Order: sequence, then structure tokens, then C-alpha cells
Amino acid sequence: MATFNLTINGTSQQVDVDPSTPMLWVLRDHLDLVGTKFGCGIAQCGACTIHMNGNAVRSCQLPVSAAEGASITTIEGLSEQGDHPVQKAWMEHDVPQCGYCQAGQIMTAAALLQQNPNPSDEDIENAMNGNICRCGTYTRIKAAVKTASQNL
Amino acid sequence: MATLDKKLDRRSFLKVSALAGGGMVLSFSWLAGCKPITEEELLAMPKEWFELNSYIKIGENGAVTLFSPNPEFGSNVKTSMPMILAEELDTDWKKVIVEQADFYPERFDRQFTGGSQGIRQGWKPLRTAGATARAMLVAAAAKTWNVSPTEITTSAGVLEHKGSGKKAHYGEMASLAATMELPEQVTLKETKDFKIVGSSKKNVDAQKIVTGKPLFSIDHKVEGMKYAAIVHPPAFGMKLKSFDKSSIAGMSGIVDVFPIRLFKEDYERNFFDTTTFPEILAIVGNSTWEVMQAKKNLAVEWENASESSFEVGGFGGRPNTKVTVLSGLENTNRHKEQMKEFITKPGNVVRRDGDPEGMFKKAAKIIEKTYSAPFLAHNTMEPMNCFADVKGDKAVIYGPTQAPEMIMGTLVQALGIPKENIQINLARMGGGFGRRAYSHHMTEAALISQKIQAPVKMVYTREDDMTAGVYRPTYSATYRAALDENNNLLALHVKAGGIPESPIHANRFPAGALDNYLAESWDIPSNITIGAFRAPRSNFIAGAEQSFLDELAEVMDKDPIEFRLELLKRAEINPVGENNDYDAKRYAGVLELVREKSNWNTPATGVHRGVSAYFCHNSYVAEVVDTKIVDSKPVVEKVYAAVDCGIVVNPDAATNMGEGAIVDGIGNAFFGELAFENGVPTKTNFDKYRMIRQKETPKSIEIHFVDSKEDPTGLGEPFFPPVFAALANSLYKATGKRYYEQPFAPQLEMQNLKM
Ligand code: FES
Ligand code: FES
Repeated sequence: MATFNLTINGTSQQVDVDPSTPMLWVLRDHLDLVGTKFGCGIAQCGACTIHMNGNAVRSCQLPVSAAEGASITTIEGLSEQGDHPVQKAWMEHDVPQCGYCQAGQIMTAAALLQQNPNPSDEDIENAMNGNICRCGTYTRIKAAVKTASQNL
Repeated sequence: MATLDKKLDRRSFLKVSALAGGGMVLSFSWLAGCKPITEEELLAMPKEWFELNSYIKIGENGAVTLFSPNPEFGSNVKTSMPMILAEELDTDWKKVIVEQADFYPERFDRQFTGGSQGIRQGWKPLRTAGATARAMLVAAAAKTWNVSPTEITTSAGVLEHKGSGKKAHYGEMASLAATMELPEQVTLKETKDFKIVGSSKKNVDAQKIVTGKPLFSIDHKVEGMKYAAIVHPPAFGMKLKSFDKSSIAGMSGIVDVFPIRLFKEDYERNFFDTTTFPEILAIVGNSTWEVMQAKKNLAVEWENASESSFEVGGFGGRPNTKVTVLSGLENTNRHKEQMKEFITKPGNVVRRDGDPEGMFKKAAKIIEKTYSAPFLAHNTMEPMNCFADVKGDKAVIYGPTQAPEMIMGTLVQALGIPKENIQINLARMGGGFGRRAYSHHMTEAALISQKIQAPVKMVYTREDDMTAGVYRPTYSATYRAALDENNNLLALHVKAGGIPESPIHANRFPAGALDNYLAESWDIPSNITIGAFRAPRSNFIAGAEQSFLDELAEVMDKDPIEFRLELLKRAEINPVGENNDYDAKRYAGVLELVREKSNWNTPATGVHRGVSAYFCHNSYVAEVVDTKIVDSKPVVEKVYAAVDCGIVVNPDAATNMGEGAIVDGIGNAFFGELAFENGVPTKTNFDKYRMIRQKETPKSIEIHFVDSKEDPTGLGEPFFPPVFAALANSLYKATGKRYYEQPFAPQLEMQNLKM
């Protein structure tokens, strides 16, 4: 066990956990930020995607020890009112089915648009390919990313 | 109390005050995260609610709460079922608050999500509940205004008496309405007067989903809650021998490890009690990560299980069956050999029309093709998990289940707690696809909690989830056609089976369209557990049948749509045999619609198209898939689907469902596969188990609904079965090769295509 000082959604947080604990479980079990989801635990599904210093990372592979000092954003902190252009586009296109993968999809999309505000179809496919949606909402995801890019 | 309908009267129209545990059902709504969150919403909350029936309560300020009875796994019933209530209640959709009902059989009918039956079977009860509440509001207004109820009209939550110019919103009449007698009869709206049903409404949980609110049981947490992981045998055919507690003693955060047994000796299992490992180990600790770490270190010895058998209660009034679980460690290679043997062995005849054997004897040409598909894992995005709080003789279970009523009896026997003391709350599910009709995870969590007498959240790892069984079976089907010298079709023969069940639907098309038809069925027992998987059986046999018809049409030199329509015409005008369980006209209707919408005869250049159609879950779907080879890569350019599912309650959500099912089908056709070596699944996570992703998704999907006034039928499943053949038939056009064996990707790769 060790103490870690983290900056999550702009707030300083302290946790006392094993240094190997992935951020996924620090967020979910210790900080009650459960919007970040567990899907595979091996960086294959993207359900656990968060932002570290603005980049999309898989929190299931990010040990808490490596997150110290970084600025972490989770789905809960993507916008204050739930009105990030990506979130709004997701609602406009009524993307979710079960909804379980969507926080990860949204975080990946938001990071993509941060870096590339005008992605081509191919850019979107490449960026979003790491996020599985078992319900198959991919065509809506793609359309929503395009809508969001127009409303940045 | 006046009678309306015996069943509805007893179940759906009980007033809350008369219910002993009436408060309980409402108090748990916070669990699902349905509490209002914004200030605006809080201000809009009424001071008092008046319950008109189990589904509807109205506040004095006109706010309306509608309970969605069925578990939500992504088919959007939590929006569409309340839409049906709101339609007949004639309320303003904008004023509606939707709450997920907990499992409460005294109040709600059929709280089951599966078989694409939610809307179909909920249609009448929900409409009646809405119309009844409306009638009580009208009666209350009539009494207050001293006018005849027949002179009162309603619109968007407002009552009006035109003669006197009196108006009131529902909230003003709610307290009186709640005391009115139930009407003996209610009039339902004409479909032409629908305002809400048939117009697209957004997912009521969308805001919560996109902002990461806790909606799933895996997100749930209470004070003092422990975390649990499970360890199950590594192979089908194995069981627990012993474990060494000391191997994880002293590991950080670990509280206990113990075995749990799901069934008492004398318990008679029900149809949904399928579980692969009736005894597993539970590791309890202070956090998910700690129990997952301990899981890796726990020393366990496993041994081969001997053969066992037990009685299983029949589903839907069917007789009990005896299930035998074989001993031994099974292999996919052996499964394939076993299935091949059946191509020549006789099966059980499940349908025979005319003289098929005679026709095959005198045929000038016989075409025979065999199709196969592997076991599939459901791979719901949210792994199996459940929260349970069992203390003394009380239990609260909150988890993802499609079939709460099927697990109640199991919980009663496992916990030794009467059902009145077990509360099952329905979590939003991160996918279901049939998997969560088998709710052993609820029993597991409950037993763990009972043992530690504390609340617990049990979570499977992805590996646990993928290797714990209850799969889509592996299947094989051999189709034979007898043709005369002019390539006229004389007879058709299908012989199909699987491990451990057959995919045959004896009375479905093309039965009924052929004078000489033979269907045979076989099955091979196995210890690999299976369960419902999106459109069970149809999800395989449709692909085989519709691929074969495509090949046949080619031999007969006919357009594949024209050929199917000819057969359907025969089935419509002069059907062969009895019990054909489809409406040939509606079947043909979707083929005609997809032909028109896809401009079937004039495809875009460079595009290869295939067609397929299927009927299941009371709905008809035809699909056209367009593929292209781009840089040695098969690309699905476009999919057109035409569906006849009666009235469409929520068109955009229905379209979403259709798109998802099509993507699911293309993914499983290309990649879906689970194999076994010595009883061990060869894939345990998404690194090996390939799932369809953004890049393989069709570039566009177009869904067309047949304009219909018929009552609604199934939707979540029917889009799925036809995709397999539409894709295979399209790929054939693109590559010149037929695809008989799922998944297709390995064969495409052998043709030097990139997948
Ligand atoms: S849980 Fe992290 S990528 Fe799947
Ligand atoms: S919406 Fe269910 S997994 Fe994506």
C-alpha cells in the first residue's frame, strides 16, 4: 500500500492503494467514479478509456503509480453539464443501445477531435477501432463523431 | 372492484395502498440511478404522487411517472414500453419520468426480456393500463364538473369539457382519479390517432449514459460492501477437487475464500438454471483489483467430473426433460468429425411432404451442400456480475437479468429464504443477447453474501465470462435439391443438427412451398453448456437455407429474389401441408420492399450484392448486402433491410436495433468462433476472440419498415439471422467462392484477402 496524489477532473485526490493497481479500479472502487467501465482488462476493448494529459489511454493498463502528477479526465469530468459536443452529438444521434461501451467511445472520440478537429472517415475508423461495441452501434458512433466535429 | 380482465385486474391494477410491501418497490428506484439530478427536474417534482395503477402515477402538478416493467438490455424497452402507456394515457411525453420497475410479479406481467416478445406481449397490457388510467381521470373530471364523461376529451395531459369550457391538467384530477372505480371496459385508441407511438423518441437514459452515471449493477456500491471474484474449473468436464487457502493468505485486502454450491441435492432445476459449474470458488476482499490478484495466486486442484444427470422443468408448460452431463474433455476436431458422420446417417424425420425420396431417385441432377458454424460466446460488454446483500432471512439482489422470475425459485432453494423476503432489483444490463436469461450469477453473489453476511459485489473477469459456457451451439446442416433435366426443382431435403441441439424449424419456409419436402433433425450430446443466443437456431439455419437457395437459383438460372418470390407465391396460393408457421404474403412483402429500396437490378459499379430473407419471432426481414473488394480487402459498403414487424413503436430506436443486429451478424459471420481443446475454450479474451469493430462495419445501413397497422411483433432478433447468407451470397459474387463454413474470415484469408 502507498499513498498517491492524483488530479482527477481538476480535483486533487488522495488514494491509499497498492502501486500496481490500475487506474480503472482506483477510479471505480476507491473514488466512486464508475462511468469508466471494465470490459476486458487487457487493453482490447476501450471501455475503460480516460484522458491522461489530453490523450486517450486505457485505464486498465495504467498503474496508479504512473498517473501521479498527470491530469486525468474521466467521462464524469468531460464537461460540467454533460454538454461536450461529443456528448451532445451522441444524444442527437441516439447512439447507445445498452450503453455500457459508450463512455469509452465518447472519451476516445473527444481525444480524437481534440487532436484532429476535422477527421476524415478513415481517421475516425482508425481512432475508434480500439473500442468494441457489442451492440453494434458503430455507424451511429461514426455519424456522431462527424456531427461533433462540426460543432466543436 | 369492477372487473376489467381477470389477469389485469389482479396483477396490474392493484392500488398501492392495498399492497403490503407497496413502499418497497419505489424505495429501490435510487438503485438504478433514476433519481432526478438537475435543479429544474427537482423543481418539477410534485409534492404528492397518486397511483392510478401499477404502471402509472401522477403528481398534483401534472408530472407523470411511468414504470417500465421489463429489464433493459439495450433494446430500448425502457423508452418504448412507457411510450405505449403514454399514448393511451394521452399525456405529454415531455412531462413523463420513466422509472425502471423492480421485479414485482404481483404488479407486473411478464417481466422478461427475451424472445423479442417485450413489445409484442406488452402491447395490450400496456395500452390497457394507459387507457384505464385515462378513463379514471376522465371519470374524476366528469364528477367534479358534473358532466357526462363522454363529453370530456383529453389531449397531451389536459382534460377538457368543450360545452362548459372547463379545462384541467391531469395533476388536478389525479387525487380523485386514484379513488375512482376501475372502469369495466376501456376503449383503446385507433391506430390513426396515435401521437407518441410511431414517432421517434430519444432513449430516456441517454443523458445518464453519456455522462457516466451509475446505471449498471457493476457500478453499484453500498457502505461496507465487499468485492468478490470467482474461480471456476478450467475446462468443461472438470470440477473442484481441493484448494489451498494458505496460497493467498496474507495477500493484501483478502478476507476469505470458500466454495459455493448453486443447487441443493433435491432441487428440480428450471429451464433457465443452466450453469456450467455448479460448484465454484469465491474469493472475497476489499477491492476488485485485490480479489483479481488473489485469483491468479490461488492454488486449486481440479479433477475430471463423472457423468451426472438431473431433471429440468420444461419451459412454457412443456414437459420436464432429463439432462445428462457427459464426462470427458471434448475437442472441436472431434465435434467436427461427429457432425460429418450425420451427413450420411439418417436423422429424425420432423416433416415430410409428398414423396421426396422418390423424387431424389428420379432426379436428373442433385445438388448437395453442407453448412456449419461453431460455438459462439455471447460476450456481453458488461461481464457477468451481481450485487447481493443477504443478512439473516432477508435478501436484496441487484443485478443484470433478463429473466428475474426464473431465478427467484433458484434463490429460494439456494438461500433457504422464502420468496417474500427476497427482493430482486433490475439493473440496466450491459448487453444480454440471451446470456442473461441464465442468472446463475445472481445465485452466486447471493450465496457469497449469505456466507459473509455482508453486502457484496461479485464481478467476473472477461476470462471468467468467456469461458463459463452457456454458448450458442455448434451446428451443421446439409441441404439437397433434386432437379429434373430442365432444372425444375422436384424436391428439397434438409438434414440438420448440432451439439447439443438441432437448429431445425420444421414448419418454416421453404416448407409449404414445395410439393416434395423432407426435414430431418439430429443432435449430439455434450457437456458444453448452451443457451439462447440472439434468435436461437434461426441464427444458423437461416444462413444455411438462404445460402443454399441462392446457389439453387443460380443453377436454375433464376434471379435470387424472383426465385424466392415464386416459392412464396406457391406457399400463399396453394400451400403444401399443414402448420406452415409463416404468412407467405408478408414474407414476399419484405423481399419486394428490399428489391425496390436497394434498386436490386441496378447495383452501383464495382459492388457485389447478395440477398437473404427470413422469418422469426413473428417478424419478416429481407436484407441485401453490398460488398466491394478494396485493396484486397472485402468491405461491406452497404446493407439494406426491409422489415415487417407490424406497428413500429419507436422508429429511430427500432432502426438502431436493426443496425446493431446487422453489425452483429456480419461480425459473427466473419469472425465469431469458440473452439475447445480438451474441454478448454481456446479463446479467453478479446485479443483472440475477434469481435467486429469500427473498420469492418458496413459503411452504411438503410432500414425500411413496412407500413403496417398490425400489432407489433419481434424486432431485436429478426434482423440477425438473414445477414449471414446475405453476406455469404454477396461475397460469392465478389470472390467466386461460396462460403459454407462460419466464420468466413479464415477462408477469405486463404484467398489472399486481408481481413
Ligand atoms: S477494460 Fe481496458 S481496454 Fe478493455
Ligand atoms: S451500446 Fe452496448 S456495447 Fe456499445
